[in-house]
Amino acid sequence: MLERLVGSKKASDGNGHLPDDAQLITASSQLAARGSAWDAVQAARNIKRPHALDVIDRVFDRFQELHGDRGFRDDPAIVGGIAELDGRPVVVVGQQKGASTEENIERNFGMPHPEGYRKAIRFNGIAQKFHLPLVTFVDTPGAYPGPEGEERGQAEAIARAIFTMTRLRTPIIVVILGEGGSGGALALAVGDVVLAMQNAIYSVISPEGSASILWRSPAEAERAAKAMRLSGPDLLDLGVVDALIPEPAGGAHVDHEATAKSIKTALVAQLAKLERVTVDDLLSARYERFRGFGSLSEPGATLAPAAEQPWWRKIPKMLGGDHRT
Amino acid sequence: MPFGRRPKEFPDHLWTKCPSCGEMLFNKQLARNMSVCSKCEHHFRLGARPRIELLADKDSFVEQDASLVSGDPLSFTDSKPYPERIAAAQIKSGEKDAVITGSAEIGGNPVELVVMDFDFMGGSMGSVVGEKITRAAERALADRRALVIVSASGGARMQEGTLALMQMGKIVSALARLDAAGLPFISIITDPTTGGVLASYASLGDLNVAEPGALIRFSGERVTSGTVGEKLPVGFGKAEFLLERGFLDQIVPRPQLRDRIAFFLTAFRAASQDVRWSL
Repeated sequence: MLERLVGSKKASDGNGHLPDDAQLITASSQLAARGSAWDAVQAARNIKRPHALDVIDRVFDRFQELHGDRGFRDDPAIVGGIAELDGRPVVVVGQQKGASTEENIERNFGMPHPEGYRKAIRFNGIAQKFHLPLVTFVDTPGAYPGPEGEERGQAEAIARAIFTMTRLRTPIIVVILGEGGSGGALALAVGDVVLAMQNAIYSVISPEGSASILWRSPAEAERAAKAMRLSGPDLLDLGVVDALIPEPAGGAHVDHEATAKSIKTALVAQLAKLERVTVDDLLSARYERFRGFGSLSEPGATLAPAAEQPWWRKIPKMLGGDHRT
Repeated sequence: MPFGRRPKEFPDHLWTKCPSCGEMLFNKQLARNMSVCSKCEHHFRLGARPRIELLADKDSFVEQDASLVSGDPLSFTDSKPYPERIAAAQIKSGEKDAVITGSAEIGGNPVELVVMDFDFMGGSMGSVVGEKITRAAERALADRRALVIVSASGGARMQEGTLALMQMGKIVSALARLDAAGLPFISIITDPTTGGVLASYASLGDLNVAEPGALIRFSGERVTSGTVGEKLPVGFGKAEFLLERGFLDQIVPRPQLRDRIAFFLTAFRAASQDVRWSL
């Protein structure tokens, strides 16, 4: 019987994307204590937590915010633009929550509409066209589920965003900053390296949503959160994220400066590594990273299905590079 | 009131009431009519096996990866443990998981055919669904075939947590390679298709076609109503609505589906057999 194990091939295994100088947590055993899943949910949702623009302003220099999807409007729940990371120009995209109720209403609580994802796709295109590395910050309860979103193709926009990132010909570093809510989060989270803040969460559905479906009561959210294994250490164990970025004692909301400093250290170290890898190798590794996810068994199979020299490695060469963008 | 129960005029194993027009339909007749109401053309949900029979040329379907079964990566338990849920679904449906994949021909065109089964845990997408669809896409690429996916799913399988979410990235990665190689992918969206399945492969066909009346939406009705606090208009999130909004190429009634897909595949076939692309 062939058993395929949980989790993908970690970036650290094959590509050396996780250098020591990044000061990252790469195994849950490195953590002195594992907080409860519900504590992680509370920390990730803390309104005083640094949000995308707080982080961008401190981590990058000369950030120029860009706007609009060129089709419908500028979605305030997605921000992005061009900035410098330690002197190196990069494209930055993130989901933006507010630090107050008023600001949250303006930002739609970090829940993007389809035009937000299309704006992100446009910024991804800029990164590819001008060979700029892409850095994304994920912080959303999920994509906006209301009727306007449905009317404008929320599902299609998310699907297209994922599609674009899987083959974007430039390095991508993802940072799960706070809440990584389902497909609406994944639309910004396909990368060569996926990092999460120590207290971030990432889940297939919100604990409340899961509780109301599986336990038939939203009050069971705490139980659902635990069962879904959505906290940082859980994500490390599952291989869904490559490493955790340490937060200051008490959590990221206590000290935005120190939090930003850890993020910057991590990003600079990662990017230095990623930029030494050819784009074709990056894309192969990105494919393998996602290809490996799953937990299943196959009675009767004796060999892993992947060939030693996978057929898809030949494709970029034959095409002379990807012929489309 | 009379004593005892009145004998049933229309026993369930023989008759089905059309939920749309109320007509009583004789089950054998209904099956012969591809599970479409003969009076009002309401499309009943169609299981995966009858769907394959409907789409694939006679005796052309060769099932692949049939032995794949799901693990329990989170040791997940809600009201009962996940492995028990899977076991119950396997007994109920007779399938190992929520998708059947294999090679087939449609109107003489070689395809990799993927058909989801809503009867298996709401057609939810976990590791097995992700793996089987990814392998189908990879086979299509290796053998220069088209990929046809029939979706029917509530979305990602919660019991597998983020690993279920990652299946979206996995399948879409394979679709991107298919696309780069100039091979066709036709997405057939059937009732109901929602959540993470719609927000990944189901929306990414070179052509997206749906069956009449199919519920196709990103969020569940309760989520959307909860957010806006009001009832949604009738027909919201149905195939006809999506066609009007530009997210579908066509709505194809079931009796015409096979011929229509065959037509598209034949039209695309010339391009995909271009020598520049052959491996």
